[in-house]
Amino acid sequence: MLGKCVIGLAIAALAVAMLSTSAQAERGRDGQLKILYWQAVSTVNPYLSGGTKDIEAASLVLEPLARYDDTGTMIPALAADIPSVENGGVAADLMSITWPLRPDVVWSDGTPFTAADVVFSAEYCLNEEMGCNPLSSFTDVTGVEALDDHTVRIQFGVAKPFPYGPFVGSNAPIIQKAQFENCTGTRAQTCTEQNFGPIGTGPFKVDEFRANDVIVFSANENYREPDKPAFATVTFKGGGDATSAARAVLATGEFDYAWNLQIEPEVLEQMVANGKGSVVAGFGTMVERLIVNQTNNDSDLGKDKRSLYLDGTNPHPFLSDPAVSRALSLAIDRQILVDFGYGAAGQVTCNVLPAPPAYTSTANDACVTQNIEQANRILDEAGWLPGDDGVREKDGVRLSILYQTSTNSVRQGTQALIKQMWGQIGVETELRNIDAAVFFGGDPASPDTYMKFYADIQMYTNNFDGVDPEAYMANWMCSEIPGPENQWLGSNISRACNAEYDALAAELAVTASLEDRAAIAMRMNDVIVQNQYVIPLIWRAKISAHANTLKGVRMNAWDSEMWNVADWHR
Amino acid sequence: MTHYIIRRLLFAVPTLIAISFILFALLDLAPNDPTGQLPLTIPAEAREQIRESLGLGEAFHIRYAKWMEQFFVNEPLNLIERAFGVEIGASEERLRLRSWATRSPVVDLIIERLPQTLWVVGLSYLIGILIAIPIGIVSAYRQYSWFDQLGTFVSMIGFSVPTFFTGLLAIIVFSVTLQWLPSIYDTTHRVTDLSSFWVQIKQMAMPVMVLALFNAAQISRFMRAAVLDNLTQDYVRTARAKGLRERVVLFIHVLRNSLIPVVTLIALGIPTVFGGAIITEKIFRVNGIGELLITAIQGADIPLVQTLSFLFAVLIVLFNLVADVLYGILDPRIRYS
Repeated sequence: MLGKCVIGLAIAALAVAMLSTSAQAERGRDGQLKILYWQAVSTVNPYLSGGTKDIEAASLVLEPLARYDDTGTMIPALAADIPSVENGGVAADLMSITWPLRPDVVWSDGTPFTAADVVFSAEYCLNEEMGCNPLSSFTDVTGVEALDDHTVRIQFGVAKPFPYGPFVGSNAPIIQKAQFENCTGTRAQTCTEQNFGPIGTGPFKVDEFRANDVIVFSANENYREPDKPAFATVTFKGGGDATSAARAVLATGEFDYAWNLQIEPEVLEQMVANGKGSVVAGFGTMVERLIVNQTNNDSDLGKDKRSLYLDGTNPHPFLSDPAVSRALSLAIDRQILVDFGYGAAGQVTCNVLPAPPAYTSTANDACVTQNIEQANRILDEAGWLPGDDGVREKDGVRLSILYQTSTNSVRQGTQALIKQMWGQIGVETELRNIDAAVFFGGDPASPDTYMKFYADIQMYTNNFDGVDPEAYMANWMCSEIPGPENQWLGSNISRACNAEYDALAAELAVTASLEDRAAIAMRMNDVIVQNQYVIPLIWRAKISAHANTLKGVRMNAWDSEMWNVADWHR
Repeated sequence: MTHYIIRRLLFAVPTLIAISFILFALLDLAPNDPTGQLPLTIPAEAREQIRESLGLGEAFHIRYAKWMEQFFVNEPLNLIERAFGVEIGASEERLRLRSWATRSPVVDLIIERLPQTLWVVGLSYLIGILIAIPIGIVSAYRQYSWFDQLGTFVSMIGFSVPTFFTGLLAIIVFSVTLQWLPSIYDTTHRVTDLSSFWVQIKQMAMPVMVLALFNAAQISRFMRAAVLDNLTQDYVRTARAKGLRERVVLFIHVLRNSLIPVVTLIALGIPTVFGGAIITEKIFRVNGIGELLITAIQGADIPLVQTLSFLFAVLIVLFNLVADVLYGILDPRIRYS
């Protein structure tokens, strides 16, 4: 009797299993997928927008040659294979890379995808009149040519040890030549129809787009994998704020996926307790850091001297003393900052280069624990002694810091905590916050931008795209110091100039072996951190939420969060 | 009267030109940058190219003249072409007013958004009026009764509790706890039959009611004050002395006279219907004009902000005139010369 039952159950289970496998072979079987980005999408052409929201929405439609998976490993998308020096795809002199393309790919309108589309995409972005957002992906490219219908060679003007800039990752995908042919240069702006509905090779195609509101996608019937995507339509809604976006997935269950939920950790935890969805975090290269001004920013100096490097003749009155900045770093309890403002979306870090794992230095890990006692001792030994009001001073210079950041509740909370921690070592702190559009806006006439840096210390997050840190680490070279001669467009915001660092950067630019590159990059990280040009605080994650009924989500910090949307299912 | 209207309209032209200049200059001087929102990974040279491509490299007066041409000549021509399906001149070559964030014509964005705003905000205005007028009349007629006290209490709440609070409260009660109504407005929803109409009503219910409470609070207080004012007038005493029934006194004599200030107040409020409700639209994710404006402000999408604020200015000037004219029509004692 029992045996029969077991056999019956087994047959039933087998039947269910077969049913589900046959169902799995069908495109569009799972109906509608509802995604919520609280910043609404403005355009579906990533070449005209650097906004993450626009790039990620476009990644459902447009694909690059290769993308990064959730571990940061490069995987082919439209390419048949990843070229390397070993397989002959990258020239031995590192001056060119040859991509073999998949021969079986067609655009969603049924026409074949060829090397001409790749060549066109490069020309489209390199046209100086169009204002191409991912221009930096094409740095040093001198030519892109089609060797045949399914082979493309990209030429560089200099030896490129890491030649995977163009067409790798979602910010610079391939667009269709036939569609965008008449939209180059200044005309790129006027092609609304094309920018709002690009034809792509990805799992979905645009059905309807309402700017700054919603996109409706449907499954691309010409997608190269016949059983994918599992969803027939995608509603990609935008607008509102992060908290209500989290609520729509975790509390009311109206949506399946919500993006970028930087909200108070305890609020998020309460919502997760409803049991409707889960939170996913992906750690990439984002680091919330304090930038330590190495130049004097006294407001009495006037604009010809204030916060200017002037070949080292204008040092900061106290932050150029390594003892002071070391003590400032030691006095911070980073774990409290994580617990207060980030929760699952942050980890303590002591590096400006926190990832990929092969590039992570372990030389600075001591910063993880706060050490007020040692900080006080360092300041005492350096001759900074408490004055009448408890604020340390030396030769008439008081340790009084102006600390600025962008307006954002988590950042203001962090500021208040750090002010209190620095109070314990006799450092006075004045806090200031500036609207993000002004602070990060590059208006050279504004005194409040992060590039002008009219403060002693400022805080923000920076990161780099992809997995290669060369361009990012080059930010701290002497030549990158901002000033009037470059309209404050330099990226060395600390205004630190270190000969050893510049030599390392030059070496990195010509080193091909991955192990050697990692060793140099780690050394560069240590130079920055140990000289306290930058005080790293928190390694930040991208954080999103999905409904528990949605399967297949693999959070990706290295590429679009939608990178594997073709595999998502119920 | 016609003379008066023509004179006022002519006066409106320099007013609006001055407003357009002030708006343009203010937004231009504001420390804001369309590339400010972009990730820091985009380098300075690329940002510079983006700014150039948006036309920011040109001098202030040239940009202002361009904007004037686009707004007063090109876009109206486009609207005419669109409405009548004709082609006037080289319409392909005409420079259109484009949003910086979407690179699409500003007017198209506004046209796409207007229906939602008119439905949600317009309906809430209408419902607000329909609730407010009876409440105002009864509250005044039965002054200090329990009904008046209750009406006063409710309108004080409507007045003093902001919509971002009532909206959130409504979401927590009706969406999160009871799960009756959706908290997110589905703008792609199309009404085709009875059941989809019901869905539309459900998704409109919360934003409309939240705004209606706010509108009703204002108008009902005005209505109450106006009726109270009139009830003590001599003509009311005369009407009662003539032996007219209370219903006639109240609904014919008092109501008509009391509506004069209220009607003008309602007319003055109509521009806000077109302007949308920034906070309410944002909370419920209704893709209306208010939501468009706030997104544009946050993204430093200057052409869109300029155009929208200027359109509001036009509407306000226009409805001020309408209110004045209505006043003259409703109240024979007022005559313009």
